[in-house]
Amino acid sequence: MAFELPALPYDYGTLEPHVDSQTMLIHHTKHHQAYVNNLNAALDKFPELKDLGLVDINKAVGTTKLPGDVATTIRNNGGGHYNHTFFWKVMTNPSNTNGPSGAVKEAIEAAFGSVDEMKTKFNAAAAGRFGSGWAWLGVKGDGSLAITSTPNQDNPLMASLPDTTAMVPILGLDVWEHAYYLKYQNRRPEYIAAWWNVVNWEQVAANFDAAKTGAVLL
Amino acid sequence: MALSMKIQASSLIAGQRRVRPMSGRRAVVTRAALELKAPPYALDALEPHMSKQTLEFHWGKHHRAYVDNMNKQIAGTPLDGKSLEEVVLASWNGGNPTPVFNNAAQVWNHTFFWESMKPNGGGAPTGKLAEAIARDFGSYDKFKEEFKAAGLTQFGSGWAWLNADKSGKLSISKTPNAVTPVVEGKTPILTVDVWEHAYYIDVQNRRPDYLTTFIEKLINWDVVSERYAAAQK
Repeated sequence: MAFELPALPYDYGTLEPHVDSQTMLIHHTKHHQAYVNNLNAALDKFPELKDLGLVDINKAVGTTKLPGDVATTIRNNGGGHYNHTFFWKVMTNPSNTNGPSGAVKEAIEAAFGSVDEMKTKFNAAAAGRFGSGWAWLGVKGDGSLAITSTPNQDNPLMASLPDTTAMVPILGLDVWEHAYYLKYQNRRPEYIAAWWNVVNWEQVAANFDAAKTGAVLL
Repeated sequence: MALSMKIQASSLIAGQRRVRPMSGRRAVVTRAALELKAPPYALDALEPHMSKQTLEFHWGKHHRAYVDNMNKQIAGTPLDGKSLEEVVLASWNGGNPTPVFNNAAQVWNHTFFWESMKPNGGGAPTGKLAEAIARDFGSYDKFKEEFKAAGLTQFGSGWAWLNADKSGKLSISKTPNAVTPVVEGKTPILTVDVWEHAYYIDVQNRRPDYLTTFIEKLINWDVVSERYAAAQK
């Protein structure tokens, strides 16, 4: 079974004006589609890897489970496919988003002091990621929340990579320039600030609840 | 009395030299910041191949920010007053780069990039460089394929480069983010920026089209040939 581009959970224009529809269209149908295509092509010769599923393929990055000649391709495109699949779901119509509540809010306050302090740290991670990459809020092995950023299409599931802070992501932000350039150009901090308006806190809560049991929702 | 600045206009690596005031005045030494160098053409001069809007953001915002941020970082430190190339090499710190490196190297890389292009550029190189390309890549077409492939396969942000060694042998390389072959002991003679900000306004995700246009319409082979000759001195 080949991997497929998942449908967007909303229309291309739903996240306007914070994330513009042209960006969503190109981001989904071109960039994410390319990761899917490249991942499928790489796994063509390794059907047993395909059977691992996307989450476990990502967890296998940096281990000997991935054959040498496709390891980098799988890291880049398996990472890209997971990251974007995850990303579409942690965003929603700006009228839907009400801020964190319940258990995840308590966990944020416990780890960072307040939701605002968490956002400040997250924004710094997102703005400070030089080049392409992602910022993440996730659950570490000890159950606590942490913030990290990763380069290119890496993610915190790739625990075996030397520089990765291993976490189950519950919220993530794409800071590759393709995620914001058409509307924001060089103004990445403005994009980051606007993006909070479209965060799907219900999905974040669901991700958190699963992560606390060690599971990775996809 | 105004401090006068000597700028080595012809040198890519020029920085502004610190000049002490004439005697009789309190020895206040102001180290001038390194400057944002303008491309050797107007911002709309590369149209239709690279838009004015791209140049306005790429040079006017991105390149400018690297210069401003680098100057803030080095003010009052031992790097203050050094040439740009000295700052790049020092901040590379033998492969364990300091925070200055990303900004300084990007200042250098972008100036090198603007000067690698010209209006009505592209076409085939001539003379000694053309001979070397044929010798080291098989043909100009093969060079184009390899150079384009380097640009396409640099995952994420980065640069593709054509380098020459002292014997005149050519090689193609690619680097991530701000890394430059200068810190790898190589002598670049041509570069193309493959950070998405270099092409997203014009061609969005279509990096292959951007690279084709760069190769066929923008390369300043005169400058590249000059750099090639200089690399062998």
